[in-house]
Parts: sequence; structure tokens; C-alpha cells
Amino acid sequence: MSIDAPAKVIPEARTITTKPRKSDQLFRMIVTLGGMTSLVILGLIALFLSLKGVNVLAEEKFSFITGSNWAAITDETGNIVESDFGIGPMLVGTMLCALIAVLVGVPISVLTALYLTFYANGRVKKFLISIIDLMAAFPSLLFGFWGFIVFMSSAEYWAKLLNKYLGFIPIFDVPVPVFARSPFIAGLVLAIMIIPIVTAISREVFDQTPLDRIQAAYALGATKLAMIKAVVIPYGRGGIIGGAMLGLGRAMGETVAVYTVLNIVYQVNWQVLFGAGGNVASLILLKFGEAGPYEVDALMAAGLVLFLLTLLVNATADYIINRFGGKGK
Amino acid sequence: MTKVIPSPGKPWQPTVKNRLETLAIVVAAFFSAVLCVEFTGLNGKLGFFVALFISLGVLNFAFQYKQRGVAAAKDSLLQVITVLALALTLIPIVSIVSTVFIKGYKGLHWGILTKDMALASVNDPIVNGGLLHALVGTTLMVGGALIISFPLGLLTALYLTEIRGSLTRPIKFLVQAMSGVPSIVAGLFILSSLVYPVTKELSGIMGSLALTILMIPTIARTAEEMLRLIPNELREAGVALGGTQWRTVAGVVVPAARSGLVTAIILGVARVIGETAPILLVSGGGDSLNLNPTEGAMGSLPFYIWKAFLTSGTPESLARAWAGMLVLLSFIFILFGLARYLSGRKVG
Repeated sequence: MSIDAPAKVIPEARTITTKPRKSDQLFRMIVTLGGMTSLVILGLIALFLSLKGVNVLAEEKFSFITGSNWAAITDETGNIVESDFGIGPMLVGTMLCALIAVLVGVPISVLTALYLTFYANGRVKKFLISIIDLMAAFPSLLFGFWGFIVFMSSAEYWAKLLNKYLGFIPIFDVPVPVFARSPFIAGLVLAIMIIPIVTAISREVFDQTPLDRIQAAYALGATKLAMIKAVVIPYGRGGIIGGAMLGLGRAMGETVAVYTVLNIVYQVNWQVLFGAGGNVASLILLKFGEAGPYEVDALMAAGLVLFLLTLLVNATADYIINRFGGKGK
Repeated sequence: MTKVIPSPGKPWQPTVKNRLETLAIVVAAFFSAVLCVEFTGLNGKLGFFVALFISLGVLNFAFQYKQRGVAAAKDSLLQVITVLALALTLIPIVSIVSTVFIKGYKGLHWGILTKDMALASVNDPIVNGGLLHALVGTTLMVGGALIISFPLGLLTALYLTEIRGSLTRPIKFLVQAMSGVPSIVAGLFILSSLVYPVTKELSGIMGSLALTILMIPTIARTAEEMLRLIPNELREAGVALGGTQWRTVAGVVVPAARSGLVTAIILGVARVIGETAPILLVSGGGDSLNLNPTEGAMGSLPFYIWKAFLTSGTPESLARAWAGMLVLLSFIFILFGLARYLSGRKVG
């Protein structure tokens, strides 16, 4: 009697390869496709807005950007006889409000970020940072209503002061003393909206300042001011400029807050204290309700212009942050 | 000979005398500001604050100059200015939150959770009608947006952290650019690509899709940051155990980043929950309860607030708007607190 030795199964030698398995290839393909989401969506936005807007753009050509009328004349059956669409005043208004927002908001944000990075510490710092981050999540609707109901009266008073003492400067002059709902106030509300965003970016940039350089400056006897001037600002200049551009992009695309605060009037208005103005986004919201099909196409074209404008600003911001941010001399 | 052991001191910290001097300067600045408001043309809150900060700066500068010279005086001026900037940042936050609470609580009653506005107008007494349709609509729309944008955002984040292919730089830029897309453009895009050519009707799902565009970048960026926090040793351990990349990611990396990914979801929801412009364009904005996102106008919290605020100026409609705002802000507070709590915990 003999016991059969269990048959020894020798596995076949595995070929060793660096080629990924089937499952990995599939995984990589799916993730890469998913990674393309942003590309696809941005492309589709540009494509569809152009498709809808191309009629109007072809009709109006360059005067769509420079023209200052928004009117369509229809006959009895509702067909459009004559139309003249140009978003010039709204583009001017967009730039005006966004510039005020950046001019007011960015210095405040940078100084706040300096305080948070170099003066505050411990729990106070954590608490302040989380409050400012929370403010970044407030809906724009809230800023708009607060701006209209609470902030307007104070801001109107400041506008009157500015006009009284600096009225000789053309942009602070007003044709009629109407100060409520002006681009100045809308710009201030936008400034309050972008402060948390710009503060967060500046803080990140300041946090990256190399500690050895900071300590070297202190070791040479620098005060905090001298250290910040010599080390932090040169190092973080690119990041701050990039952050300011991001804030500019945000302020240019804002709809609801501007719509609520600003008195939208279709005319070019450079006088920031006068209660008339507009921006492209709020124009779209305003005209959309009663727009006929052709006017909707014109609004799509306006949306396309706004989209390309914000894309350009964001691209510049990204370039500046990556090229100069956190490097210094 | 006895050894003298010096007691540990903290020479870099301000002494009691320093603190008292600072306090004295602040008090003196306060008084001089009061005097300015009393006896000069300055008046009102603005005048007081301007006077306070100018006198604080001047007094501090003079004191430091006398004590330690011009460099220290300039340095102290910077500190005063940064504190001023911080105050300018915080005043709007405090004002906004307190306004919402003070004005909002008047419009609250238990009925807002069970009634909708189908039979009530915004000018009716506050006990008529409620927020039910808006809460349901917002939940459905944000939930729908989440179902679409979480997988896409996670895949984008995985591409940026795990695959790291040649497109990493461009995709990072595109995600950044996408987060800058104005919300109204997202609404116009859904209108031009889906509503006009395909469905020809405004509905809740269109609102979801518009919100998706705004949500993807937030989720992708937060998820990317969270996946970067996972130590590389975990990935190496997964591969060393014979796992393929797919198994490593699905079995090790993603579970380890679980709480981080929940944070990404929460921040994404907080980003879009108050979005108004795209909702106004594409969701139709109904006043009655609608549980079907594929057809019919759907209400939402931002639309409810918008309508109550804009359609008329009676105290009731304003109270309604602020109450809606209070509910919305409470949601944001809760979501934000959750995100803080989750991201504060240890990874893994």
C-alpha cells in the first residue's frame, strides 16, 4: 500500500512586465476621461453660447462691444424690424464696479492677511481665519440685500462727503445729486465680497515665506515693518497680484449683488457717485424676463463676452501666480 | 559657593508695564476721538472711527518714537494699520450676521416647515404659507447636482494626484478657470444647450445641472487637497502588497481620505446652496410643492427670498425674505461647522 504523493502543481512562470494590467489600464482611462470634465464643460459653454449668439454678433459686428443702445423694434406680429444691441455701457459699468472693488478690497485684504500671519497667534488666529473663510461662503444674495437695506444709507453719506470735498475731480462729480444705488456703493459691496477670497490667497502666499529669510531679517535687527518690506512683500508680490486678479474676475461676474444694489440705467456713466450704472451680468438678469427670442440670442452673446472676459482675467491671474507667486528675488 | 539658578523668563513677551502703556494709549485715543467728535466738525459713527484710528496712530507713533526711536515708531504704525484693516474686514461680517438674525427671527414660525406658498401671497400675514416647497426644491436640486458633480470632481482630483499625467498643469488651470465662471453664465449655458433645443421647459433638473457647473471646481479642488494629505507611504504599502494601482486607490487611498472627501462634498454644497442667478434663469421658480425634478417649475430657497424681497415692500414680505435668509445662513453655518469638524480630525 502506498500513499500517492500529492501531485505537485508548479505554477507557470509569470512574465514580469512593466505594462499595467487590464484593470489598471481601464482605471487610468476612466480617471483621465473624468479629469477632462473641466475642459469639456468649458468648451461646451463657449460652443453653445457662440452658437446662440453668433447671429447677433454677425449682425452687430464690432458695435456689439462699443455700441450703447439696447433696443429692438417689433411690428404688430412680433417680428423684429430693427434692432440695435450694444453692451458698451454695461462693459464700462462692469469694469468700473470691479475696479472700485479691487482698489478698496485688495489693500484691506492684504493688510488683514499681514495681521493674521504676523501679528495674531494661537486661538485668536484660528478663530479669525475660520470667520473669514465662512464669510467667503456667504451667498451673493445676502451681500446684495445687506448692501441695499443696511449698508446703503452709510455709503450714501460717504458718497456725499466725497462729492462735497473732492467734487472738483471729474469722476467724483455728479450731474444731479442722486447718490443712492451708485456704482460707488455697488463697488464697495463687491469689495466686501472679495475681501475674504483675496485675504485667503494672500495669507497662503505669506505663509509660504521662507522662515530662514524672516529670521535672517530679524537677526539683522529688523523691525517687523522692515522685515515685511524686505522679505515678505518681494517674496509674495506675484501671489498678491494674482489674488487681486482673481478678485477682479469674481467682481466682474457678480450678478445678484449688483442687480440689487445698483440702479441699472442703460447709459455710459463714468461718474462713480451718480446713481446709475450697470454690469453685463445684471443686464442679462434684468432683460431676460421679457426678452423675445432674438433678444435672448443677444443676451447669450453678452454672456459669451462676459465668459471670455472672466476667462482671460483668470488665466492672467493663474499665470502670474505660477510665474511669480512664492518665488521672490 | 551656591549656584544661582535663574528662573525662566520670557523677555520677548510684553511686560505688565508694556501692557499698561498700550492700554493707556488706547484709552487716550478713545478720549481724544470723543473730544474730536464733540468739538470739531466731525460727527457720526464714521467721524468717530476716523478720529479714533487717527489719534490711535498718532499717539502710538509719538509714544514709540520717544521710547525707542523712529524705526520702532514706523513699525507700530504698521500694526495700527493692520488692526484697522482687520476691523474693516470684520465689521461687515458682524453687521451681516446680526442683521439676518435680528430681522429674520420675526418671520419664523413652525408652519414654515409644513406649508408652501401655493395659496399664500408674500404680503399675507406671516403665519400663512411657509418654506416647505423651497426647502424641498433646494434639497432636490443640490442633491441632484451633488450626484453628478461628486464623481466628476473626484475623478478630476484623482487625475491630479494619482495619475499625474502630462495634462496635470492644464487641468489644474482649467479647474481654476471653471471656478471663476460667473454663475449667470452657467445658467445661460444650460438654457442654450438643453432648455431651448431639448426640453423646452424649465425644471428642477435644469437647476441641478447649472449648479453642477459651479460645484465641480469646488469639489475637485478640495478633494485634491485632501488626497494630497494622504502620506505616500500608504500608496507604497498598497503597491508593495501586490495591489494594482486601481486596487491601491480604491482600497487604500480613497478610504483613507474618506473624511476629507466628505469635507469636499460639504464645501461644494455650501458653495451652491445660495446661488441665485442660475436658479432664477433655469428652474422656473414655483410657489407650490413639486417633488418631480424632471417637469414643472421648482421652488428653491434663494428664489423664495428673491421673490419675497423684490415683489413688494410690505413688512410681511420683508420679514419673509429675512426669515428665508436666516434659514439659508443657518444651513451654511451648519455645513461649515461640519466641514471644520471633519477636516480638523486626523487623516486616516
